[in-house]
Amino acid sequence: MKREKVDVLVIGGGAAGMAAAVQAANEGVKTVLIEREKKTGGVLNQCIHNGFGLHVYRKELTGPEFMEELWKELAETDVLVQSNETILQVLPKEKEVIAQSSEGMKIYEVGSLVLTTGARERPLNSLMIPGTRVSGVFTAGVAQKMVNIYNRLPGKRVLIIGSGDIGLIMARRLKIEGMDVVGVVEIRPEPGGLMRNVVQCLEDFDIPLLLSHTVTEIHGRERLEGVTIARVDESFNPIQGTEKFIPVDTLVASVGLIPQNELIEDFVEMDYINRGPVVDEFMRTSVDWIFAAGNNVAIHDLVDFVYEEGKIAGKYAAKVAKGEKLPEAVYRFNRGKNVGVMLPQKFTATQPFRMYIRPKKTLEKAELRISKESIRKYTWKLRPSQMIDFIFREFESLEPENRVIEIEVIEIE
Amino acid sequence: MKVFVIGTGVVGSLIARELSKYDIELHIVEKKPDVAWGVTKANSAILHAGYDDPPESVRAKFCSKGNYLYNKISKELDIEVKRIGSYVVAFTEEEINTLEKLQKQGEINGVPDLEIIERKELLSREPNLNPDVLAALWAPTAGITEPWEVAIAAIENSVENGATLHLGEEVIGIEVKNGKVKRLITNKAEYEADVIINAAGLFADEIAKMADSEPVFEIFPRKGEYILLDKKLGNLVNSVIFPTPTKKSKGILVLPTADGGLLVGPNAQDLPPDKKHDLTTTKEGLEEVKKGATNLVPNIDFWYAVKTFSGLRPETKEKDFIVGKTSVWGFVNAAGMRSPGLTAAPAVAEYLVEEVLIEELGISLNKKKDFNPFRKRIPHIDETSVEVWDELVRENPKYGELVCFCNKVSEAQIVEAIKRGARTLDGVKFRTRAGFGRCQSGFCSLKIIEILSRELGVSMEEIKMNSENSWIMNGKVRV
Repeated sequence: MKREKVDVLVIGGGAAGMAAAVQAANEGVKTVLIEREKKTGGVLNQCIHNGFGLHVYRKELTGPEFMEELWKELAETDVLVQSNETILQVLPKEKEVIAQSSEGMKIYEVGSLVLTTGARERPLNSLMIPGTRVSGVFTAGVAQKMVNIYNRLPGKRVLIIGSGDIGLIMARRLKIEGMDVVGVVEIRPEPGGLMRNVVQCLEDFDIPLLLSHTVTEIHGRERLEGVTIARVDESFNPIQGTEKFIPVDTLVASVGLIPQNELIEDFVEMDYINRGPVVDEFMRTSVDWIFAAGNNVAIHDLVDFVYEEGKIAGKYAAKVAKGEKLPEAVYRFNRGKNVGVMLPQKFTATQPFRMYIRPKKTLEKAELRISKESIRKYTWKLRPSQMIDFIFREFESLEPENRVIEIEVIEIE
Repeated sequence: MKVFVIGTGVVGSLIARELSKYDIELHIVEKKPDVAWGVTKANSAILHAGYDDPPESVRAKFCSKGNYLYNKISKELDIEVKRIGSYVVAFTEEEINTLEKLQKQGEINGVPDLEIIERKELLSREPNLNPDVLAALWAPTAGITEPWEVAIAAIENSVENGATLHLGEEVIGIEVKNGKVKRLITNKAEYEADVIINAAGLFADEIAKMADSEPVFEIFPRKGEYILLDKKLGNLVNSVIFPTPTKKSKGILVLPTADGGLLVGPNAQDLPPDKKHDLTTTKEGLEEVKKGATNLVPNIDFWYAVKTFSGLRPETKEKDFIVGKTSVWGFVNAAGMRSPGLTAAPAVAEYLVEEVLIEELGISLNKKKDFNPFRKRIPHIDETSVEVWDELVRENPKYGELVCFCNKVSEAQIVEAIKRGARTLDGVKFRTRAGFGRCQSGFCSLKIIEILSRELGVSMEEIKMNSENSWIMNGKVRV
């Protein structure tokens, strides 16, 4: 079996992985980027709509354009890109990684590792909706790939379930390509995706958004023939008597993304709210040579944030590979009121860092408190669909004897 | 001698394979476009030890014997059989009494090594069981398999040994002359026939009516709903866990699947005979399954559900198999193969050929000299050692190009499945496990459609999920 020594191995060639590899290589270490698909870029390949890159490149790009910018960065480095190669296992004791490709098995002996494996779509099947199992039910990402990469339509008349960003984008996309888009149903009382997507994808195209509604039954024997939808109460239970049959041959599901951490979750500390590894401001996990960035750490709103995180992970992974010792992350955030997804969960308090928090519910006006002290005020509406991000630098209030720091988002008048 | 087997479930396919050992003209007729898409496709996938069946029943005659025969056929046909054993767990004194009765019944039925295990020992073997458990009946010969793989393997081996497989061909009539089978009529052709074996699963009663044979019987679909959970939960239990059975059924079980996931179910809902296509799951049914499963293993997190499905068991009024000759000479039933049909199938197959055809009907059958009992599976590369996989890649680099990431299925396996008859996404899925995993084919379905289209030389729009009208793509976005 082939063996290869690498300083930094990056697993996953999406935006986070490409950014991490670029940054690691710029630190002067031998870097390999592994991609299991034929081509790097991840989901950017199929996101032909615009709205990417405003933070990072200061211009509005499509997914493939954002990817090309990253390719340019990558081309200027010595990163070795291995596409069509799948990582089967990470061996934490040996600091080895087993890879498989058409050239056979390979073992990488690594200095450090960056996990940028992204997320997968939650399949509709896992929601356990009663009814039949028919063709014509797709996740939004599969429908998107079918239309944008395979040049094929998924059906004639479609309902979208879930108003996550990909669901909203696909409602518009399918309408533009001539499908009859009957609407988007969302179980929560508010949209799951960004407001700008609600406006640009639904309102501008006269596509109805049915909030507090869900699909309660799937009908058809071979191909989908229709679905029953119903209004739901506050605890998301369908309200009897509100059921309605909607004849559609296609159901597109945008019901959540699941961070993919199968390679490391058995031996790194996991955060079961983020469904990703616990990380510090260097994007270091509980294993000091394993770093993680992007949607496998937590689901992000924008590729720009994922890119920034990749850069951080790549930089510090390179330092560790060079033998540098990073300070210990002695402080740990404790989720207080209204704090959902959050990262990082630990920090060293040696330099300011960017913090992301997804509020658990919609708040008209709010205040961010750390150790009961007000740090930021938000005079606009906060929504679970939009992370708040800020640079945390207020270290002077930290007390060395109290290393668990409560963080909360409190509604204010 | 022209012999026809109707149906390619586990029962029909193993009968066909048994018949393919003899020098006859053998035809296998299946109305669906692929094999094993009926009852065999959706059930608990358990090889029962054989203590459940009343000793006087037909079921008891075949169950523990069939279980034993899987040792041989799993080697010959290269199919997965994991002898993980089963526990019937008891929560009350009354249930413990039932365990003792089951143990005695099992001993009469010839089930080896049954043992009642006390609470402490039980919880050390199965630490995730409900701690209120008092005792369990341990049956080490129980196991799990992939029923569709058994049928696929048996059909492949039958065809290898000369049988003709007629897919997408529905039997619409049986001609009987002078009390003897004369002709088999399908929607495509008419055939002279000497012997017809009725292994038509849910529709065996309709086939029996065509022959106007006795016994007269009716098949009632009994629906069972299941929830399949992520491989992450595959280690919650090490063996098949049954509750103590009631008069109605064996109850809702928790078990690992052959490919490493966790399966819970089934409930039991009796449907009228005209509901033989009703594979819907219901809200109430899934709730019942969840409740039953968590009663056995409390900490099942249903967030990890991968999918739900339901299967129909072919139940009869007598709750027993209808196996053997009929009033029409040459027309033979293998019907009502409800649980433990999968387990019993190899024994039923042997019995029908050796006892019914040869002894009772006096048909002289000569064994083929060149019968090849062996069939090789499409390798499951994720279950082979790293070295073996590496070797496979050296022979064929396509073994190194993964298409299904969840279950580690390479392009080579998918191409091989197509060579062996897969024409649809389900055809590939049930032969390779591609698309069975946690992403439910999100990452691989389009790639598999592309490979099917390329290998079969048809457009992507022509590729179906399974049946004729289960189309996936609706034409090009742009020409």
